[in-house]
Amino acid sequence: MPTRLKWLSIVRSPVGATATVLVLIVALLAIFAPLLWGAQAEAIDTAGTQQGPSAEHLLGTDALGRDVLARVLIATQLSVALAVIAVVIGVTVGTLLGTAPSVLPRWAARLVVGIVNIAVAFPGLLLALFLAAVFGVGATGAVFAIGLAMAPSFARLTQTMSAAIAGRDFISAARAAGVSRLRVLIRHVLPNIAEPLIVNATVAAGGALLAFAGLSFLGIGVQVPAYDWGKLLSEGLNRIYINPAAAFGPAVAVVVAGLAFNLLGETAASVAGGRVATGRWTLPPLPQPATRTVPAFPNVSVGTILSIENLRVSYPTPNGLVHPVRGVSFEVREGEALGVVGESGSGKSLTALAASRLIEPPGVVDADRLEFNGIQMLTAPEKTIRGLLGTSLAMVFQDPMTSFNPTRRIGSQLAEAAQEHQGMSKKDAMKRAVKQLQAVRVPAATRRAEQYPHEFSGGMRQRAMIAMGLMNRPKLIIADEPTTALDVTVQRQVLRLLERVRTDTNAAILLISHDIAVVSQSCERVLVMYAGRVVEDLPTAELYTGARHPYTRALLEVVPDLDTDREQPLGVIPGRPPAPGEVPLGCAFAARCPLATVQCRESDPELETHRDKHRVACWNPVGGDTRVTLPELSTAAPRTEAAPVATVGGAQ
Amino acid sequence: MTSTMTETVAAPTAASRAGISPWLTFAVRRGGQFILSLWVLITAAFLMIHLVPGDPVRAALGMNAPAELVEARRAALGLDQPLIVQYVNYFAKLFTGNLGVSTITNEPVAHVIATRLPATLQLALLACLLVLLIALPLGVTMAVATRGSRRRGLELTFAIVCVVFAAIPEFLLGVGLVYIFAVNLEWFPIAGNDSPLGLVLPVIALAIGPIAVFSRIIRVEVLSVLGQDFVRTARAKRLAPRKIYIRHALPNAMTATLTLTGLLISGMVAGTVLVENIFAWPGLGTMIVQSILSKDYPVVQSVVLIYGIGVLLVNLVIDIVLALLDPRSTIRES
Repeated sequence: MPTRLKWLSIVRSPVGATATVLVLIVALLAIFAPLLWGAQAEAIDTAGTQQGPSAEHLLGTDALGRDVLARVLIATQLSVALAVIAVVIGVTVGTLLGTAPSVLPRWAARLVVGIVNIAVAFPGLLLALFLAAVFGVGATGAVFAIGLAMAPSFARLTQTMSAAIAGRDFISAARAAGVSRLRVLIRHVLPNIAEPLIVNATVAAGGALLAFAGLSFLGIGVQVPAYDWGKLLSEGLNRIYINPAAAFGPAVAVVVAGLAFNLLGETAASVAGGRVATGRWTLPPLPQPATRTVPAFPNVSVGTILSIENLRVSYPTPNGLVHPVRGVSFEVREGEALGVVGESGSGKSLTALAASRLIEPPGVVDADRLEFNGIQMLTAPEKTIRGLLGTSLAMVFQDPMTSFNPTRRIGSQLAEAAQEHQGMSKKDAMKRAVKQLQAVRVPAATRRAEQYPHEFSGGMRQRAMIAMGLMNRPKLIIADEPTTALDVTVQRQVLRLLERVRTDTNAAILLISHDIAVVSQSCERVLVMYAGRVVEDLPTAELYTGARHPYTRALLEVVPDLDTDREQPLGVIPGRPPAPGEVPLGCAFAARCPLATVQCRESDPELETHRDKHRVACWNPVGGDTRVTLPELSTAAPRTEAAPVATVGGAQ
Repeated sequence: MTSTMTETVAAPTAASRAGISPWLTFAVRRGGQFILSLWVLITAAFLMIHLVPGDPVRAALGMNAPAELVEARRAALGLDQPLIVQYVNYFAKLFTGNLGVSTITNEPVAHVIATRLPATLQLALLACLLVLLIALPLGVTMAVATRGSRRRGLELTFAIVCVVFAAIPEFLLGVGLVYIFAVNLEWFPIAGNDSPLGLVLPVIALAIGPIAVFSRIIRVEVLSVLGQDFVRTARAKRLAPRKIYIRHALPNAMTATLTLTGLLISGMVAGTVLVENIFAWPGLGTMIVQSILSKDYPVVQSVVLIYGIGVLLVNLVIDIVLALLDPRSTIRES
């Protein structure tokens, strides 16, 4: 039975198992302690009053010479019983109050909800004290006081949960079938919220134990001759100079029992919520980030701003290390516009983040060479890197909404870049911020600088983001999907702006996009990435006629243009790229490739120079000028995703 | 009060959609809630004395008190009048600051409270301050140190220490502190507020539990903020890490922190009652317990009222500050 298995998993976690054992011990003590130690606890010994701990009396004796340990053990019964009764009262009243709104007429429902909302805001002990005053001092009063003080939070819980369930289909179905509201409540709502209610009640029992101890300690709870842990504790405290053990015993009992209920409830809650960790997330040992000797590669040519060789990005997962970027090599030359395209999951954004040293642990970056502006970024000291990247590298991120800090004004977010790296005063930096906002054509820049990000439109925010990159004097701007979150008109404007920045400042641009059309419009050279590798690197001019990798061809194929038959569904490349942990042995694209051969599935082709400025990694590159159409690709319904190989292979 | 508030905050974001300022809607909604809660609170306090089974005055003065005295006190409390008249009178008296007289000592309750309230406030405010001063930096530091599953051992230790300290009720902590630092080491006085040193133990006893709870929540909050895009932007600006945490991460964890602060102050009510009783602190907490034990209902009634109003005011202030900090959510809600 799955439910039972689910609850069994409580015992599997060490915390849950400990809590369960402790709660069982407490329960057993509550039942059997009075039978076992009853006589000892009541045996008055006038000769041996107020003794310290001894072999005979482990926690000493009280004012009447009774054994404190036996009394602590026996007090379990009353303490637990009171807590349980209080919780039952709290849950019952709370559930009634919480479910009442769903059956009462509207005005009454509102009244109940309102009162519960007000009552929830008051501290429980205040309610308990108020009620204790009303019910009078003593165990009965305390039980009602603590029970009723718990009711509002249970009412709130029940309300929230029933509201969540009320929206579900089976409730609507029952309503539509004419089932009465009371019946819906009893038959459908209550059974569905019972589980979390019980879990919360367990946690509350722990709280109630402590609350009773508190009240008895204050003298408002249990009265002599009855005694619970709180009572014993306050007795023990009066004699803490003579025998600290007499206070220590009940204190430990209260805390341990309270903690046990609490932890059991918490563990049960995480089981119910499916949040119990099944496997452990262990970090593999970090690969040493290379203190390499000079690479055996021809020296970086003059005019290269970013040079990357064999870059790898790895992440630990429960099933071991995965490599979303697997050996990427390329260069960006001064003033160049280089585009990187690929589907999501191709590793293009991670490549950009790795190149700009923004990958955070647990991610690991490794490369044979990662050189920016002549500095080795994997070996240079952190301070050098920060200064260099802060002034010479600018990042433009995908979502300008979330990429600005919502709590700070745009102007100061721009200004701090110049303050940090140019040592500008706040005032000068703000002036420069306004100037840069003007430079990216943000209207009314002075006023705009005083505004918060949410007061900007998406396009304006992305302009501001670019302006932020221009606060210092970047030699390279990495734009990671800068237009994806924007509509087409604004997209065009932002791309033009980037282009203008490039011509004005001679900064190189690395433009990352899943949209090959965007990249081909604005870049001189295109890198095509697939499953963490570069599969083709070619000048944009050759893209439509000379692309040789079947994947590049497929990407071009699915871009709709003016000739696209609008009666037909939009083209898709069947299948999806392999997940980083499931990259096959051979070419990662083989499974989706109509030209794949046995060789493709067995070994991964290297990225080799095809001709000047054109590299391709493919065993069967598509020939020269032939415009390859992949008819089954453009008409295949996305539904064929499940078995792309068979579909494509069959068509061939 | 509402009008001044709308004026001061109707800054640039007060973009009105339906012609009414969202701030006005907020003020009306929140102010209305406050007044309604206050009314429920006062009514509950008023009813308390009538909910007590039997004659509250007889119960307070004991079975042997002369009938004339009981009658005199009944008349003094106005208990001989019809309920509705008493209810109206109760409100009328409250507005003039008249909280009635103690059944036991015949002293004006307002006077008793005025002498005791400062002692309680002193404890509660100092404890809150201590909690914020320790829990905020601790939570942020732990978030930074353990982000991206770094230092799993540290994270686990921190979690365990926090759970254990959060589970120990403040009165036990208080007792433990007294035993160690006052009884054995004699560093601090055992009880009372005769010297500034007397503040140390009660404030610590009040603060430790909330520190444990707070720093854990703040860690989680800051962790989630650190994972957001704008933190990556700040890192892309290559700001010094300290600036990233203080300028960019912390302000965005403020909403949660303030909400918690509200809960913290409300929670302090319960804490002070217990801790005051351990340290014989001459505040409202010791007084309410004494009054409950001696059945001095007018005093209990008024102390509950004072605590309740305190909680309501704190919640109100926090909500207003939250609205000022994050105008969008205010507008969305209303």
